[in-house]
Formats: sequence, structure tokens, C-alpha cells
Amino acid sequence: MKKSVLVISLLLFSSLISAHELAKDPLSSVQWSDMYRAFLKEYPAEFDDRVKVLAPDFAEDPMNVPITVDATALGKVKEIVIFADFNPIPLIAKYYPINAKPRLSFRFKIQQASPVRAAVLTEDNIWHVGGVWVNSAGGGCTVASTGRLVGDWSDYIGDTYGKRWSHADYNRIRFKIHHPMDTGLVTGIPDFYIEELEFSNAAGENLATILLYEPINENPVLSFDLQGSNLASPIRMVGDDNNGNEFEAEFVK
Amino acid sequence: MKMKKYLQTLFLASFLSISAVNANDFDYQLKTVKVAQDTYVFEGSTEDFSFENGGNIVNTGFIVTSAGVVVIDTGPSLRYGKQMREAIKAVTNKSIHSVYLTHHHPDHFLGNQAYKDVKIHALAETSVNIKNEGAGFTDNLYLMVGDWMGGTDVLAPSATAKEGTVSIGGHELEVLPYSGHTSGDMALLDHTTGVLFSGDLIFHKRTLTTPHADIDKWLATIKSMQTLSFKTLIPGHGPISHDKNALVEMVDYLTWLDKALTKAANDGLAMTDVMRLNLPQRFMGNAQLKQEFSRSVIHLFAKYELRAFKRLN
Repeated sequence: MKKSVLVISLLLFSSLISAHELAKDPLSSVQWSDMYRAFLKEYPAEFDDRVKVLAPDFAEDPMNVPITVDATALGKVKEIVIFADFNPIPLIAKYYPINAKPRLSFRFKIQQASPVRAAVLTEDNIWHVGGVWVNSAGGGCTVASTGRLVGDWSDYIGDTYGKRWSHADYNRIRFKIHHPMDTGLVTGIPDFYIEELEFSNAAGENLATILLYEPINENPVLSFDLQGSNLASPIRMVGDDNNGNEFEAEFVK
Repeated sequence: MKMKKYLQTLFLASFLSISAVNANDFDYQLKTVKVAQDTYVFEGSTEDFSFENGGNIVNTGFIVTSAGVVVIDTGPSLRYGKQMREAIKAVTNKSIHSVYLTHHHPDHFLGNQAYKDVKIHALAETSVNIKNEGAGFTDNLYLMVGDWMGGTDVLAPSATAKEGTVSIGGHELEVLPYSGHTSGDMALLDHTTGVLFSGDLIFHKRTLTTPHADIDKWLATIKSMQTLSFKTLIPGHGPISHDKNALVEMVDYLTWLDKALTKAANDGLAMTDVMRLNLPQRFMGNAQLKQEFSRSVIHLFAKYELRAFKRLN
């Protein structure tokens, strides 16, 4: 009797452990459990090949590493969190594709070789995680932005250049918004970055929201595939940075 | 005691395995290839920099004149420069007359320290570029090829090469200042032998690199090079040839690259999409095609996408 109680309690105990046990990291990074605790701990996580993270193997330019995250194979998703384990500031972006395809592209700064990952939260509250290793000669986050070095960033801040492409069931928008995106890791230059961009149509329907963090590149270039109930409507972007500057732009057909 | 013995063995084993990796003792195994009268080339591989090749991915060369040896480019490291000098000694007992650098990329000039006793000529732009970027290049090469670089440091050129012909020991050498691969690209034409050292203005059977490229200027340069008369072409990378096909192939790739990036930007592709485009079959014979095209997207695409964008606020 005593023995069976012990067995049962052991079984219970081990099942409790496995409920919190982390899936084995296919990228074998010692930081994975810390990353999970920092950004994902509310919900269980599993590694899932349907989350595509496209980035070059080697950061040719550590200040501008291109990345595409594509979770369209998962259907409807609530949130996409993008981070690099070994960056001094790991968190890169959080994307909420409310009325948009779960797919985005941009460029970011990498400090050293690191896994670069996207965790995608589906409606059933499970994180689906994909990622790749990006090698780097280093130095992307601790170099002053060109705008700081030249000193002319304030002349151009918020200037936005872009274009919109119509597809059958979405509009792709791509744009460049001028901003130093200072990481705060360079002595004497405090962190200064765009915090949020929100996209809506003329009816006020929120299409998508993205929260950006320090590792996003200087003068960011971003791509989104937006949907919503009226694909012909102009798309309005509003946003702000951590110093209270406000930005807006409009993408018309 | 047993533990100590074990540690000793372990230490010895790890030492031996390190030595095994470096069994070649950082020997580039440079082989002189005679390509014309008085003219020799050290032909590098068409790979990228690696711990295995120590950075020997470049063609360097020398001309034996009656006034001494003229060296064209000094290679990726001090070791390379020294070994090059040893190999030259095996060909001629003439002393080194001077060095000419084709441009400021690290695989072409980081052997300079081995030639600090002679004049090292470079275009003015090349000297400026070495001053601004040389140290960064050196750090980067230490990371990419490791201990092969031991002792290597930037040695700036000591003389400014000017457009025109100089006569050295019976060889009429014409300095041709161009740009396009970088802001200062020297080609050296030996009118006496008909040998053209093109530097990296020409990559042959090896995909060209673009970290400092200006495609329009590069195309204009090659157009101008089409008018040169030469018998032997020593490209910066890839096999030596005896006709102008390499120039035609360069124009073909550069023109295609420009069009492909323009179209991709107008189609709304992101960099990662562009890197995954199918590449034309006719370029498949060029080494490093996929890798160099991806790098070129990172170097060049931002300019193309900005051309496709309009001001939105």
C-alpha cells in the first residue's frame, strides 16, 4: 500500500515536472531556458517547423541583418515574439497580426553569433517556436548610429518612404522610417527607438500592431502583409518612440 | 598520481590534435606559374576565406625586370607576403624593385609588411581606403582565418601611383586608374609582354564581390578595358585567360544583377526573398554564386528598394 502511494506520488510529481519541462532546444543554446522565462513563460512552448525564420547564416553587415518570419502555415495567430538569445538586448519585436498575415520582414542589429527565433502564439495558447543560428563577426549593437556620427538625425526623424502592393487577399506594405534607433549601449547616447507602429484602415479597423525594441536597425525598413475587411481602403500608420515623438504615414492604392 | 598521468595524457592528446590541424605549419604552398616572359603568378583558390585556406583565395604575381622584381599585390597576411618573397627567390636572384597594389581589399595588401624595405605604390583612393578600413579588415581576417594572420598588421602604401606608363628594367608598365569594384581600382598593363593584371575589376569563373561596388562605374570601367590590347589576363580571382571572354562575362553578370535587384525592389520583395531567387543557369559555373549573390543583396539592395519607394508623409 505504502509502496503504491509512493509510486503514484512519484508519477504525479514527474508529470508535474514534465508539464513545466522545456522542449529540447534544436539550436542547442544555453540561453533557451532564460529566453523562455523572459518572454514566453505564460504558456507552454514547442519547437515547430511551420514557423519559418529566414535569415542569412552569416551577418555580412551586423548593423543590418535581414530577417523574415513566416508563420502562415499555422493559420490564425495572436502574437509573434522575435528575439536573439545572445544579443545584449535579446528582444527585437512583438507583432500582433490582428487582421494581417502572420508574416513580416525587417532588418536588425546583432552583437555576436546567436540563435534568432520567432515564437508564435496560436489561439489555443501554445507558443510555436522556430529559429536559426546567425554567425557574426560582431559589434552590431555597440556602434553609434550613422545619424549620431553625422549628427543630422533630427533633420530626418520620422520621414517615411514606402510603397504598397495589392495581392488577391492582402496588401503588402514596405517602408523605411528615419530614426536613429539607438540601443543605449554606446557610452553617452541614451536608448532612443521607435516603440510602436499601428496600422488601420479608413474604417478604423486595426490591421496590425508591432512593438519594436532597440535591436531594430537604424532607419528601419519593414514589410507587412495586411488584410482587413476592405482591401481597397487606404492604410494609415501611426506610431511613437520612447521620447514621445509621434509618426504617421499613409499607404494608398 | 594516476590523475596526474591522465591529465598529462589529455594535455598531450589535445596538443597533438592541435598540431594535427596545423600540420602544414601555416604553409601556403605557393607555386609559381610562369604565364609570359618574365611574368609569374601565384594562383589562389576560388573559395571564400577559411581556416583551411588561410586566406589564399587571391591571385598575386611578379615581373622579373633587369632593374629588379615588380610585385603585384601582397596577399592576405604577413606569412603570405614572406612566403611569396621566398618563392620569388627560387625563381630569380634579382632583388625586389617595388610593389604595386591593385586595391584596398585585405586579401590584396595585408602581406605588405614583408615588403617594407621597398616602395609600395597604390592609387591615392586606395591609400585613403586602407587608412579608413585597413584595421577593421585585419580584425575581420583574424576572425575568418585565425592564426595564419599571426603578426599581420596594416602597412600603408608608401608611394602614390599615377596614371601613365613607367619604364622599369626594360618593361613598359602602364598604371590604369579605374573604379567600380572599389573607389580606387588599379589595373597594370605590361606593354612589353602583353600581360594585364586586372586586380578585382575582373573575377573569372568566380562570382564577383560587391562590398564597395558601384555597378554603373564598374560597367563603364569594363567597357573601357575592352579597348585595351593584351595577350594574357591575370584576374584578381580565378583562372588566367588569353581573350576577352572574362570581360564579357563580367558585363553579363553585373547587368543581370542590376536588373534583378531593380525588379525585386519594384515587386515588393524583402532582402530575404531576394536571396532566395532562382539564379540563372548560365552563372552556375562560377564559384561561390549563391553565397556572393546573397552578400550582394545585403550590400546593394537597400539602394534599390529606396528607388522603388515614394515619400509617404
